[in-house]
Amino acid sequence: MADKQLACAACEPKGLCGGKGLLTLKDGAWAKNPLAIQVLGICSSLAVTNRLENSLVMGAALIFVTVGSNLIVSLLRKCTPHRIRMIAEVAIISTFVIVFDQFLKAFYWDMSKQLGPYVGLIITNCIVMGRAEAFALQNPPILSMVDGFANGLGYAAVLAIIGFFRELLGTGEIFGHPVLSGQWYTPNQIMILAPGAFFALGIVIAIFNSINGPKPEEKK
Amino acid sequence: MSETSAWVIFIAAIFTNNILLANFLGMCSFIVCSSQIRTALGLGTAVTFVMITTTILNYVIYHFVLVPYGLGHLQFIIFIAVIAAFTQLVEMFVERFSPKLYFALGIFLPLITVNCAILGAGLFMIIRNYNFLQSVGFGLGAGIGWTLAILLLAGLRQKMRYSHIPEPFQGVPIAMVITGVLAMTFMGFAGMVSIQ
Repeated sequence: MADKQLACAACEPKGLCGGKGLLTLKDGAWAKNPLAIQVLGICSSLAVTNRLENSLVMGAALIFVTVGSNLIVSLLRKCTPHRIRMIAEVAIISTFVIVFDQFLKAFYWDMSKQLGPYVGLIITNCIVMGRAEAFALQNPPILSMVDGFANGLGYAAVLAIIGFFRELLGTGEIFGHPVLSGQWYTPNQIMILAPGAFFALGIVIAIFNSINGPKPEEKK
Repeated sequence: MSETSAWVIFIAAIFTNNILLANFLGMCSFIVCSSQIRTALGLGTAVTFVMITTTILNYVIYHFVLVPYGLGHLQFIIFIAVIAAFTQLVEMFVERFSPKLYFALGIFLPLITVNCAILGAGLFMIIRNYNFLQSVGFGLGAGIGWTLAILLLAGLRQKMRYSHIPEPFQGVPIAMVITGVLAMTFMGFAGMVSIQ
């Protein structure tokens, strides 16, 4: 009972998030999915999705960084001078990225080697910066954390989908265990190489587009 | 690694290890700014210039300040600060001394701060242990390679307006698929030279 109340406190009108908790969660993770709908932060989503394991770690990293940076940016939103907010956001984000990078290096050295520079590149990931700028600067801390989590989750989910299919089709394995093997399936190497990443992401975005209805194309 | 000549790294960074088509860096502005050849060329020039200079700056700072004082773990925040500060400086400089160039490049300069190709080039330089000359070759090659890739896509997208594309694929998805085909053609260069 107590648990249930705690869970609901976040979504009730007078709760911590002013009734916007669930909506924020849904927007970030599905309706305004940062990767598939808004097409932000695609660099890392292409680079690390050659294996499912890498995709999951990268998704976790992004959730950690967006939640953390949204919280701090939101806490400091009233005492950050407007003119220097960008550099303040970058400094906060970098701090969280450094923490995660040091954690990977200390406990998961192999993973850190495999992800290479892409952990550091979370700093320039448009999703993190975009959420800090567009959401955390105007909203209270807890709601900002929910928003950061939702967007991180949306990103991680798409990453996992792409990672799953690239590893499955490219090597015939999942998490390194052979799944599609034997005479009837020849692993398609192109899927784990660069072109496969572009094809996979293009197709995923197209599928999202067709589910959500046609999007008017921006003309310049 | 350390014996590879700067020239080889320069060529490899353009063709076999193109920073965009093989390492997926700088995708955001690549997709957004690639509908016109003129825009693409302007952005490419700005990126190349900032990339070569910040690679040199970051090399010097990393090897003469961070490493001697054991501050290697601060590389991310220092690199991004250097890039942001340098871009700002270039913007002010260009605005003051060459207004014409400023109007041509103006809007692209702030965008470059968040272009991951620039930060990526700096991080690759550290991870791959390049010496000074190699870093210069890599920075220049990566910038030119990025420009080449965005020009190719811009050219293709200009033609694409006249073709019939299935509705869900219009816009970004078809650009991704075309980039995939470009990446595949660039794989034809693999084996010419190789760096890791």
